[in-house]
Amino acid sequence: MIELVNIKKGFGDKVILPEVSALMETGKVNLIIGASGSGKTVMMKCMVGLMEVDSGKVLYEGKDFTGMEEKNRKEIRREIGMLFQGSALFDSMTVEQNVMFPLNMFGSGSLRDKKKRVMECLERVQLKDAAKKFPAEISGGMKKRVGIARAIVLNPKYLFCDEPNSGLDPQTSLLIDKLIKDITKEFNITTVINTHDMNTVMESGDHIVYMYQGRKQWEGSNKDIIFSKDEKLNDFIFASDFLREAKEIRQMEMFQQKDWRDKLKKD
Amino acid sequence: MEFRFFHHFGSYLLMLKGMFSRPENMKMYWKEFMLQCVDIGIGSLGIVLIISIFMGGVTTLQISYQLVSPIIPKATIAQVVRDTIILEFAPTLTCIVLAGVVGSKIASELGNMRVSEQIDALEIMGINTKGYLIGPKILASLIMIPCLIAIAGFLGIWGGLEAGELGGILSREEFLQGLRQEFKAYNIFFALFKSFVFAFIISTVPSYYGYNVQGGALEIGKASTTAVVVTCVLILFMDYLLAAILL
Repeated sequence: MIELVNIKKGFGDKVILPEVSALMETGKVNLIIGASGSGKTVMMKCMVGLMEVDSGKVLYEGKDFTGMEEKNRKEIRREIGMLFQGSALFDSMTVEQNVMFPLNMFGSGSLRDKKKRVMECLERVQLKDAAKKFPAEISGGMKKRVGIARAIVLNPKYLFCDEPNSGLDPQTSLLIDKLIKDITKEFNITTVINTHDMNTVMESGDHIVYMYQGRKQWEGSNKDIIFSKDEKLNDFIFASDFLREAKEIRQMEMFQQKDWRDKLKKD
Repeated sequence: MEFRFFHHFGSYLLMLKGMFSRPENMKMYWKEFMLQCVDIGIGSLGIVLIISIFMGGVTTLQISYQLVSPIIPKATIAQVVRDTIILEFAPTLTCIVLAGVVGSKIASELGNMRVSEQIDALEIMGINTKGYLIGPKILASLIMIPCLIAIAGFLGIWGGLEAGELGGILSREEFLQGLRQEFKAYNIFFALFKSFVFAFIISTVPSYYGYNVQGGALEIGKASTTAVVVTCVLILFMDYLLAAILL
């Protein structure tokens, strides 16, 4: 579980995050959504320590990450896996070497064990055949999957994904979303995804934080979003006529379910 | 302007300070160090061979052109060639060329890693990126660049000898005799000392500019150019300073 307590971040006079608090729950896919410039990336970078917060706290299982000494921070960082927007694979290494890198740096055991673990991870992302290829020889979607394999190779407790679907076709996006969701449930990890892909929001969002101009505007699940009355959120999520119609259809479908009908009546 | 200078200088010192931490895995650091030794040392050997041979040859030709007095023995040409190459051309000229070859490579490599978030990926893994990426480059430069300069010195003198003989300026025996005249071992120490200072500049300044790139491909190019220019200026400045202090 990761908790953000009143984090503030600005650059010079410009305040990006005025004061944000949120809870990222274990075993769930937590999404941070919002328009470009709403502070999503800054918030994620503050969470993983790539940017220092001006004030407030980031707590990992109750431990204050922001106030920690670098040595202790490193311990927590070793429990973090991260998938970057551009995959951030090392160009000079093959797919296999990229995935093996964290193991070589921090893992123990023989080379055979490490290779076995790498192959397990590559099999998990269905890329066993691409092990000997270089990043320049594989597609964008494959790079993302290698990024996921590298992120999970040390069995992290926390998985961060920065716009995992950017630049991918809808089918590959779905594949990546499913993979992240499955990994989250399988290993019971805390996953935080920064996205503005509506498919991801509707399919994977166990817990969603909607950011508007640096503030947390709305919080809930992908089911709550369907009945949300927040105008800003609705304008952002259901931006087109097509999506608005899809929302109405989903509302009707959900209204057929008794538990949701009861919940809505109670609200 | 002066504030930018202090800002850069302070950040540069902080970068150097940030390198010092216990390596996460000594084996991986060693592997990176060896890779850098090959990249910097073997990778630059070709250009060093070419420039040093021609540098020696041209020096012989130009000195013989100027020393036309019948009272000056021909062996003096070799003596001047030797001292010019050891004191100045081998360390300074070679390092100016290496600033372009090695410096731009370091700056663009680190810049590209920064822009493509590879450095962030290493940070997230809990690796001291300054220590892992910059430290081996500095160490490799401190070892390989003085070796390259020693090779450049030998080849420069050999180039001078061959040019003298080929041009009919002085015989091999006269050249060898001149090489032994009034030889000061201190000059070798001075050249090697300079090479260590220049090696440090060649590795740290481009690392600083590359590591701190912000933006995209355009900024990587700008950082690379700035790194080479600043490195060359610093080499020339330190060349003067060391000559004034040590000679």
